[in-house]
Amino acid sequence: MKRLLPRPFTTGALFLLWLLINQSLSPGNLLLALVLAVGIPLLTSPLQPLPDPRPVRPLVLFRLLSFALVEIIRSCFNVSRIILFVKPDKVKSQFMRIPLDLENPYGLAMLSCLINTTPGTVWVEILPGSRELALHVFDLHDEQWWVDTIKTRYEKPLIDIFEGGSPA
Amino acid sequence: MNGVENLPAWVALPVSFLLILGGCIIFIGALGLLRLPNFYQRIHGPAIAITLGAGCLLIASMLYFSVLQSRIVIHELAISIFILMTAPVVSMLLMRAAVYRDLRAGKHDTGAESGDVYRLPAEK
Repeated sequence: MKRLLPRPFTTGALFLLWLLINQSLSPGNLLLALVLAVGIPLLTSPLQPLPDPRPVRPLVLFRLLSFALVEIIRSCFNVSRIILFVKPDKVKSQFMRIPLDLENPYGLAMLSCLINTTPGTVWVEILPGSRELALHVFDLHDEQWWVDTIKTRYEKPLIDIFEGGSPA
Repeated sequence: MNGVENLPAWVALPVSFLLILGGCIIFIGALGLLRLPNFYQRIHGPAIAITLGAGCLLIASMLYFSVLQSRIVIHELAISIFILMTAPVVSMLLMRAAVYRDLRAGKHDTGAESGDVYRLPAEK
């Protein structure tokens, strides 16, 4: 079982994606989806050294995603307002550092996707030789607010989800 | 466009609202790309187009075709999944490339130094 399905999570996702793209539940498509969903992870899993993530706490994940969605919509309107009404030389774009406690690679990947999807913030990198994140903010006014939001609203739930508990 | 005249008003209204909103947002994003002075600011313009702009258009499309064909059409979800998985990676790579290029070129006033996170190498 383990040999045939090295990545059950990827298998499930591929299966659903195939059916979603084809918009059908016909036997042919179900069979094709099954073949792809079993075959692709078998072929690609040597490329990925990490085991599949084991996301627990769906409730925390749901709350995190809904907060992120609200935040994305809110910052969309913020960024639009700044582009339209603020003179470009008045916009205070800056890099800033945020210390991170999260270590799980999947957690970090998800954090970077959430931050980069939110307009107005772009993740640059984790600074070499430290555990600080370099972040570029479109219009930075309150550095502490950003640190607090990212640490409590994004990082804390991700630690709970991927590392199974709060940081020591 | 065939069948658009058969669309009931309660769908036509939200669909057109979403299309107009999405169009406006994408336009503002493009305007930002045009007007903002440096690269680090310009990267934030298209971000609104790919999130809320694309999101509005996709929801409008789902609504329109679901009602028109009287069945649930949701394969637009696949588009949004792919956008949300790829766009952040691209912007991260672009951003990092820009930072290191500016640091190496040693030019001032590119915006790479703002906020004191990155410093130019000392003058020789």
